Amino acid sequence: MPVLPLPHVPFEPIAPLTPPSPTSPLLSIRDLHVHAGATPIVEAVCLDIHAGEMVGLVGESGSGKSVTALSIVRLIPEPPMRIPQGRIDFDGRDLSALDEPALRAIRGEDIAMIFQEPMTSLNPVFTIGDQIREMLLLHRDLSVKAANARAAELLARVGIPSPETALMRYPHQLSGGQRQRVMIAIALACEPRLLIADEPTTALDVTVQAQILELIDDLRRESGMAVLLITHDLGVVSQYCDRVAVMYGGRIVEQADAGTLFAHPRHRYTEALLKTIPSANTPGARLPAIGGTVPAPGRRPPGCAFHPRCEAAIDVCRSTLPVLTDDDHQHACWNPVP
Amino acid sequence: MTLLEVRQLTKTYPGPGGAVVQAVSEVSLSVGADEVLGVVGESGCGKSTLGRSLLRLVEPDAGQIVFEGTDLMTVGRRRFQHYRRDLQIIFQDPFGSLNPRHTVGHVIAEPLIVHRVGNAASRRARVAELLDLVGLPADSARRYPHEFSGGQRQRIAIARALALEPKLLIADESVSALDVSIQSQILNLIADLREKLSLSIVFISHDLSVIRHVSDRIAVMYLGRIVEIGTAAQIMDAPRHPYTQALIAAVPRLGVRRSQARTPIVGEPPDPANPPPGCAFHNRCPHVMDVCRKVRPQLEPGRDPLPGNQTACHLYTQ
Repeated sequence: MPVLPLPHVPFEPIAPLTPPSPTSPLLSIRDLHVHAGATPIVEAVCLDIHAGEMVGLVGESGSGKSVTALSIVRLIPEPPMRIPQGRIDFDGRDLSALDEPALRAIRGEDIAMIFQEPMTSLNPVFTIGDQIREMLLLHRDLSVKAANARAAELLARVGIPSPETALMRYPHQLSGGQRQRVMIAIALACEPRLLIADEPTTALDVTVQAQILELIDDLRRESGMAVLLITHDLGVVSQYCDRVAVMYGGRIVEQADAGTLFAHPRHRYTEALLKTIPSANTPGARLPAIGGTVPAPGRRPPGCAFHPRCEAAIDVCRSTLPVLTDDDHQHACWNPVP
Repeated sequence: MTLLEVRQLTKTYPGPGGAVVQAVSEVSLSVGADEVLGVVGESGCGKSTLGRSLLRLVEPDAGQIVFEGTDLMTVGRRRFQHYRRDLQIIFQDPFGSLNPRHTVGHVIAEPLIVHRVGNAASRRARVAELLDLVGLPADSARRYPHEFSGGQRQRIAIARALALEPKLLIADESVSALDVSIQSQILNLIADLREKLSLSIVFISHDLSVIRHVSDRIAVMYLGRIVEIGTAAQIMDAPRHPYTQALIAAVPRLGVRRSQARTPIVGEPPDPANPPPGCAFHNRCPHVMDVCRKVRPQLEPGRDPLPGNQTACHLYTQ
């Protein structure tokens, strides 16, 4: 085999924050497929999350990352969407086989979610207090008075100034950053073991984004809550996540601990993505752009979905789907970065 | 050579309960020929209002917009239309800014029709030329906006903005809605066009890494005012204003663990309807002094000035 020159890698490798846990994962997704009608949206996704771990699920629009996240708690619209194949094991139970009442008991209680736009996730006609209390009264056997006290405590924890007053406010009276803090308070109300955060800071300003990510990071460190962070922002993932899964065309194409993945990407898509971002380049220089566009579901090409845009594509990429390697640094690429 | 010079531009909106919201306050800046000026700031800092004010898409309350020696604030509506050919804008949302009922050819030709340039045949030729310039196939002219992806739509918006051969382009969050891989295609296109057409650009964005990439100089806005302006390299590598420093520190960077990064600044920007006295940043500033709470700092070169830099901060006042 010819010796290939090492690629230019602009990032220093960093040791992972927490060593891989030897215990069984809290959430284990196996061979998950999600279809909308006959169109495959998510294909053959496998993903493990351990207690206390923050895992990043990265991808561009149309990659299937949000649908994957929503499928975990079955918040995808069924129909038209359905899960024809796969298991979602959470603490020993397969969520893909549960009925709605059983799922409702898990949502909010064991698995909580926060979304990109806190304004549309909060009910505009109820106070912040009403909305936090709702969670507590639904899942916990508390008196209204005790629920009130707990709600104020939660608001204080997420950094809302004068929590007692804030309980009486309506969502529109808060800033975007504060609304996201409230969403986090609601999510934390029942001390979930898994928090799914779908682009939680995309709508926020960069200084506020840093505060919210710090808060989520602090909370998982003190409570051992696991976090699945869905984002398109590679910088955010690099800074906060222990492990990263990269999605493209409905599949996970690469997965590794964050330090390894950013220092030494193996999949050509990940490599191209890391090279194209402005901060990895000399200011003003031509960016090594990735040609073409992300294929829409239903229009994914045969073989590797990235091959029409890939500069390292070889014949086999066009015809045959690459399989994820079965090691610590999983990648599904016929011609990986050496 | 200065193409555009803005002096003391102010735009206010009526706020809740009779309050006055200062969207843009006494902003002065200049854009040279062939220069890209980046305007960066968080939501509500007034950067978009500033961009629209330059074209009088929102009517400023006060100030001067001197374009090639003429104050656009003093010219009548009809004469202003003449200058409008030289000043064009592209927006963030390539879905909202293209009329879905018109073909792409019509969308791109519209500025030519409005300004009565050429006849039907020459406009068709110009549309073909523009499509080629922005890297879209010639048959795009017959198709409708919904048939195109986000990145392609932004190319259509750029083609339309270039139809009248403007001298100054205002790009308001023009790559913010695009995926990373598409964003670089559009940034490369903007760089090519800038070179080919010797365009001046006011590039407005909240994204510091994009701003750094495209800009020659950068203006940082906070609560309606420019708090620092300087060369792109100086702003990014040696920021002077504590807000600029905080903004740069808050950008998540690849390969930097949270534990290695600086602690983010606390708080959020104040309500523009009720700005604090003194420096608007004082309630979040780690270096706050007594004077910051009382006296508003002026944008000036200050003590130990850096070439081309002006900063509105008492740390640097004489």
